[in-house]
Amino acid sequence: MITFDGVTKRYPDGTVAVDGLDLEIQAGRITVLVGPSGCGKTTTLRMINRMVDATDGTVAVDGKDVRDVDPPALRRGIGYVIQQAGLFPHRTIVDNIATVPYLLGWDKKKARAEAHALMARVGLDPGLAKRFPAQLSGGQQQRVGVARALAADPPIMLMDEPFSAVDPIVRAGLQDEFLRLQDEVEKTIVFVTHDIDEAVKLGHRIAVFQVGGRLAQYTTPDELLSAPADDFVSDFLGGDRGIRRLRFSQELDAEQAAETSRSRGDALGQDAAGPAVADR
Amino acid sequence: MTPVSPALAALAIGDDGEPLIRWDWIRRNLSDDILSALKEHLILSFTPILLGLVIALPLGIACARWRRLYGPVLAVTSVLYALPSIALFVVLVAFSGLTYTTVVVPLTLYTLSVLVPSVVDGLGSVPAHVRQSAVAMGFGELRRLVQVDLPIALPVVMAGLRVATVSNISLVSVGALIGIGGLGELFTDGLRRDFPTPLVVGIVLIITLALLSDLILLLIQRLLTPWERARATRRKNRGQSRDRDRVPAAREGETA
Ligand SMILES: Nc1ncnc2c1ncn2[C@@H]1O[C@H](COP(=O)(O)OP(=O)(O)OP(=O)(O)O)[C@@H](O)[C@H]1O
Ligand SMILES: [Mg+2]
Repeated sequence: MITFDGVTKRYPDGTVAVDGLDLEIQAGRITVLVGPSGCGKTTTLRMINRMVDATDGTVAVDGKDVRDVDPPALRRGIGYVIQQAGLFPHRTIVDNIATVPYLLGWDKKKARAEAHALMARVGLDPGLAKRFPAQLSGGQQQRVGVARALAADPPIMLMDEPFSAVDPIVRAGLQDEFLRLQDEVEKTIVFVTHDIDEAVKLGHRIAVFQVGGRLAQYTTPDELLSAPADDFVSDFLGGDRGIRRLRFSQELDAEQAAETSRSRGDALGQDAAGPAVADR
Repeated sequence: MTPVSPALAALAIGDDGEPLIRWDWIRRNLSDDILSALKEHLILSFTPILLGLVIALPLGIACARWRRLYGPVLAVTSVLYALPSIALFVVLVAFSGLTYTTVVVPLTLYTLSVLVPSVVDGLGSVPAHVRQSAVAMGFGELRRLVQVDLPIALPVVMAGLRVATVSNISLVSVGALIGIGGLGELFTDGLRRDFPTPLVVGIVLIITLALLSDLILLLIQRLLTPWERARATRRKNRGQSRDRDRVPAAREGETA
């Protein structure tokens, strides 16, 4: 569990990016931070792994104040995925994925084996292992980013608009696979987006931020759609029409999910030897 | 080498009947004058490169990290670069006499004025999102510098190194004016005696040396940065990968 307790971030130039934030992020679930540009989502995310330090208040992971942990050590236990993937251009795909295991001093062979297994899990052709990031498509790079964040099996993953640089069709595919993966791994995920559709699709809980770094509403997607806390939230959802549209796509997703899980159940017998299941 | 074609011989005849090249002079002086001049030239041009690299790396890294330092450093190196080399040689003779040091020091300074900006620019070429993801993965500062920043900076640093090398190889000859100039001494020799053969030999060797050094550095760069070439082959290889997308359309979208 990640807890924000009265957290404020004021940048040196005086900008208040986050203002008195109280937030409890459930373990093993996807919590989405959503809101207009500049409302402090990235800042909030980065206070968890101390890429940004809070000005006031405390951020705690499992009850432990993050300030009491040495930043590199803290970060090796928290996966991080960003919009441009941020892959290391000079390292091959498997070495990119094995970054944190290498930092943790794992045996090279073991780290590589783990990286190969992860490639299959995130839907990457193992033949890409020796390529460099520049030789991959945007969608593939994003998968590598996710695999890299998962490599040392951290309990927490921070994801900052991980799918927003790819086109809508690829994005939908990545989102579906991400949900499927999360069903298996059950990480504590904090997911930032400015896209309310993505928030509703992925989040178990959604935190809607308002410019000025204030939390406008924090609740489940259903609750958010049925009872927006105020005019700002309901405007952000796109008014009545927007809410109807979001409900509709929510139902569509639920149907699709039920269908794929049914067909996956059928195929499980043949799949059991596949790399996706092996090794874990 | 002896059988010179008539055409070449005709071409080689100067106004006063003296040929541009006397092959027998080359044969007679090869092992002594020419080879020792070449050796001296190599030492005089590569010592400053090595020294320059050893100084420019930490200095460039420091300038990239504390940007306030970069302005003054850049100003100093630019001024040094603007000074004519002969002036520096002459001034230094007063301190270090007629030794290699007198040539090596100014050339090291020139090397610095090329390499320090290269190191700073190279480090600046590391994309912000790459650096941030390195921080987020839990790299310590030193490890990030060595394993992420410097490798990515390498192509830019190597470009600077190649410029500095070629420029040093050409500048060493100026040292001949104070008697320490490697192949440049063949120039002074030829001019003094109004005898073109050493001049031609000197020019050809210097050009060859410069081209060869550049080529070798380019090869080293290629070997050290395989990912740079990968970028170029991206178009050729795309579409070969079998992506495990369930939605066929997604594959189209990704590789398009
Ligand atoms: N390093 C910084 N120094 C000063 N101000 C900053 C800094 N980083 C962010 N800010 C400001 O803090 C506010 C919140 O920024 P933040 O990046 O957290 O927003 P965001 O919600 O992630 O926005 P976006 O959706 O555009 O990514 C913005 O007004 C931004 O300009
Ligand atoms: Mg942001």
